[in-house]
Amino acid sequence: MVVKVYGPAYGCPKRVLVCLIEKQIEFETVDVDLIKGEHKEPDFLKLQPFGVVPVIQDGDYTLYESRAIIRYYAEKYREQGTELLGKTIEERGVVEQWLEVEAHNFQPPIYNLVMNVLFAPIQGVPSDTKAVQESDEKIAKVLDIYEERLSKAKYLAGDFFSLADLSHLPFGHYLVNQTGRGNLVRERKHVSAWWDNISNRPSWKKVVHEYKYIV
Amino acid sequence: MAAVKVYGPTLSTAVSRVLACLIEKDVQFEVIPVDMSKGEHKRPEFLSLQPFGQVPVFQDGNISLFESRAICRYVCEKYAERGNKGLYGTDPLAKASIDQWVEAEGQSFNPPSSALVFQLAFAPRMKLKQDQGVIRQNEEKLAKVLDVYEKRLSQTRFLAGDDFSLADLSHLPNAHYLVTGTDRAPLFTQRDNVSRWWNDISTRQSWNEVLHLHKTAY
Repeated sequence: MVVKVYGPAYGCPKRVLVCLIEKQIEFETVDVDLIKGEHKEPDFLKLQPFGVVPVIQDGDYTLYESRAIIRYYAEKYREQGTELLGKTIEERGVVEQWLEVEAHNFQPPIYNLVMNVLFAPIQGVPSDTKAVQESDEKIAKVLDIYEERLSKAKYLAGDFFSLADLSHLPFGHYLVNQTGRGNLVRERKHVSAWWDNISNRPSWKKVVHEYKYIV
Repeated sequence: MAAVKVYGPTLSTAVSRVLACLIEKDVQFEVIPVDMSKGEHKRPEFLSLQPFGQVPVFQDGNISLFESRAICRYVCEKYAERGNKGLYGTDPLAKASIDQWVEAEGQSFNPPSSALVFQLAFAPRMKLKQDQGVIRQNEEKLAKVLDVYEKRLSQTRFLAGDDFSLADLSHLPNAHYLVTGTDRAPLFTQRDNVSRWWNDISTRQSWNEVLHLHKTAY
């Protein structure tokens, strides 16, 4: 029985896909058309009651929230693939810390940017220029902090790649490649080197190549 | 002197989250005040501990961590054998379900509830003008989230299953301020299952000890 991942065309599901590839776990994907509103239909809401992607099914088991899913698989398959949780409880604590930073400080302003700059035109709704400006400012401030951190360590949690770095891939990709804000990363020497390092991992290249971003 | 130190005002929602977890896990700690009204959290000494200038910061021997939900997970792992052993699950599937609901709290419950707590409970005290548009928007968002909770809590006693867990605990601070510090308690009390759940989790001894610290710490 193979893990099913819903919504591969979108950002958060890609967080799950790259993790499964790093852990050498087989999976299949199920498309969900967000633009047609498939995620608000009763059948989907039975799986994910908040009406967002991803959700996974693993046999009888259903789990949602991408960062819960990656924690589960990183721990369940500790013995295979890339170690994503550090080696000790203390290292894991630092991984958790930067995973939370990504969730609360990195993704939200980039998500706002993506909604206003990429999705608003498709949906024919006006873009909120104030929100875009606020997002740009927030992202710059957050990346200044990352620049300082990454001047002292190769990866966010230390000298090892972890779930914390991996979690940044889907929306980092949007930022650098699709929203015209690549300069925010490129102007920061250590963030730029870190981004090149993690985004060139074979696992991420596979995700980007096989599961096209919808915009 | 406790090995575990928590930096920040006890009244802070994120600090309270960590304190509740430490008390559930029966871990001794010391609270180190941070005077945010004087901008202590933006000074270099504090920023060297927490570069985003936010509370709490947590120290346990050699390790220094920030982000309250990361701290809680670390505490549950490090002190697995102490206090409430089931707080973060005793098997991988239980733990995953708890993580799912901790994430739901962080992603769906926290943003609108934090905005409402700020607008309705803190802005007036700080003599800041309330933004009615922000209040309306976030109330609608929170109502939708609580509708999902209402349905879930008709199936299970607590969010992740039939035992109290880190997922429920994570909701305590924001929900407490909404229910006791604003006139929006009906958001919780008018939903039968959410109301039952709120009564169960807010009357836990650990939460009452946190409320006591709100009044008495330093």
